Amino acid sequence: MKQFNKKNLGWLIFIAAVYIIIQIGTSTGIINAFYEITLMTILINVILATGLNLIIGFSGQFSLGHAGFMAIGAYCTGIVSIKYPTMLGLMGGILLGIAIASLVALLVGIPTLRLKGDYLAIATLGVAEIIRIVILNMNDITNGAAGLSGIPFIANWQITFAFIVISLIVIINYIKSSPGRATISIREDEIAAESMGINTTKYKIIAFVLGAASAAIAGGLHASYFSVIRPADFTFMKSVDILIIVVFGGLGSMTGSVVAAIVLGILNIYLQPFGQLRMIIYSIALVAIMVFRPSGLLGTKEFTISGLLDRKNKKNSVKEGGAE
Amino acid sequence: MEAFLQQLINGLSLGSIYALIALGYTMVYGIIKLINFAHGDIYMVGAFVGYTAINSFNFSFFPALILSMVFCAILGVAIERIAYKPLRNATRVAALITAIGMSYLLQNGMIYLVGSETRAFPQVIQNKVYEFFGLQVSQTQVMIFATTIILMLALQLIVQKTKMGKAMRAVSTDADAARLMGINVDNVISFTFALGSSLAGAAGVLVGLYYNSIEPMMGYAPGLKAFIAAVLGGIGIIPGAMFGGFAIGIIETLVSGYGGSLIKDAVVYLILIVILIFKPSGLLGKNVKEKV
Repeated sequence: MKQFNKKNLGWLIFIAAVYIIIQIGTSTGIINAFYEITLMTILINVILATGLNLIIGFSGQFSLGHAGFMAIGAYCTGIVSIKYPTMLGLMGGILLGIAIASLVALLVGIPTLRLKGDYLAIATLGVAEIIRIVILNMNDITNGAAGLSGIPFIANWQITFAFIVISLIVIINYIKSSPGRATISIREDEIAAESMGINTTKYKIIAFVLGAASAAIAGGLHASYFSVIRPADFTFMKSVDILIIVVFGGLGSMTGSVVAAIVLGILNIYLQPFGQLRMIIYSIALVAIMVFRPSGLLGTKEFTISGLLDRKNKKNSVKEGGAE
Repeated sequence: MEAFLQQLINGLSLGSIYALIALGYTMVYGIIKLINFAHGDIYMVGAFVGYTAINSFNFSFFPALILSMVFCAILGVAIERIAYKPLRNATRVAALITAIGMSYLLQNGMIYLVGSETRAFPQVIQNKVYEFFGLQVSQTQVMIFATTIILMLALQLIVQKTKMGKAMRAVSTDADAARLMGINVDNVISFTFALGSSLAGAAGVLVGLYYNSIEPMMGYAPGLKAFIAAVLGGIGIIPGAMFGGFAIGIIETLVSGYGGSLIKDAVVYLILIVILIFKPSGLLGKNVKEKV
């Protein structure tokens, strides 16, 4: 199999183009300090949303504890990089966060994902609260409710961008692999998947752990970029914010999640003055989307380079056909 | 020993409130297999209705309680008809997201309407404290306990003795078979929401009296704990929710009474995880084989 086929090359060019555009934007000052915060929020939300989409949109399980895993990543990174304020410290902290978040996800996932039904939703909700309470009570390490401050600024948008690319490659390749297809089959019909000999629990757990690990990465980057983290940043509200992005982008559409994170991030700047009204609009939109389009705004549609190529080819062939 | 019994009494009052909320969760879950995340917020709305009735219209306790129950029943049915009914055949995830959306809407709508600050609930009951053998029982606690028991008995009567109750039990056993027997399933589901929501409304007024403070985000934690109570007792089983509610209330009070007030919430969530590992069908639940 050729690694450098047209499709992959297309994506590579696309990634490079986006990077260059942002680079030009920041170096010419079009993206000023204020917009850079928005940019970072969007980039971090991309990681969070794609991870959550893997759990909700692809394996069909409902996790409400994304903020909890994010908190684990944030605090691990914060604590480690305060001690070792170097790039190595940041990477070590993120790795530690991934390890702990995966372990916690495994411990929660194994008992609850055996069960059919919505137990994961309620268990993750409980776990996210437990994580927050534990952080609140470990005063010596986490500084309790006041939170950690003075985390060295190491992460920037370039590093975050690299993490997005890596995590997207991992997640999308997982989805396209044989275990990934098994995971999607659970979403489509759990009983049918089981009768085809798929170990449904195993694939549900894999998706859940991958999602939790990506949340930990996002949390780590958040801690390192914003320098201040408090337990109050990682409440249920944060989980719902990410859920909103996933639903807008479409349950089961990775590119949809990316687009939704960007669009909502920009929309938030303009809706900021409306305060509470913004939340009301989002919650009504959440209900309305589910009632009228239960698979999310974009459904499982993906924007792909190969789709673009196909369309171009089709157009060409139609033209040729017309000429005959 | 005396301290222990005192904590037990306090736990019973808190447990009554959890039990009232848990009943709504369990009935709705039993009948349409949906975790109604908005239920905790209906309880919050109930508290605010009671607050407004007492503060602005000078209602006394019982009329305020009944007004709040009626309002919440209507609200519950409205939510069911608008948001949940179109999704009855959709995926579980879609239904859950709708429930989250509804919960979010109620919270933020209430913050928009009344502001997010905490308000003091008017004390309409004289706060007399009775002493028995060195144990203190306040008038409010007696009132909460008595109201809860009366409501539970009424619920039991409705579910076991009336035609509607029979229809509810039929729908929760097998909705399709019930429909074939000529039961109007939609009406039964709406009735279930009305019953559950009115109990949550009552709980809201009672908790306002008990803790003397209400705010728009107050529904989240008790809602979650009441759901855990329902799972502990066996979700879908009405006596299970009562038992679970009292159990969670008492455990929480005991933990905080013996120096663990910072971790009392974590203990409750831990109970959930433990019950999901060892007996997911709940303490009073039977193991039902999954049928294909």
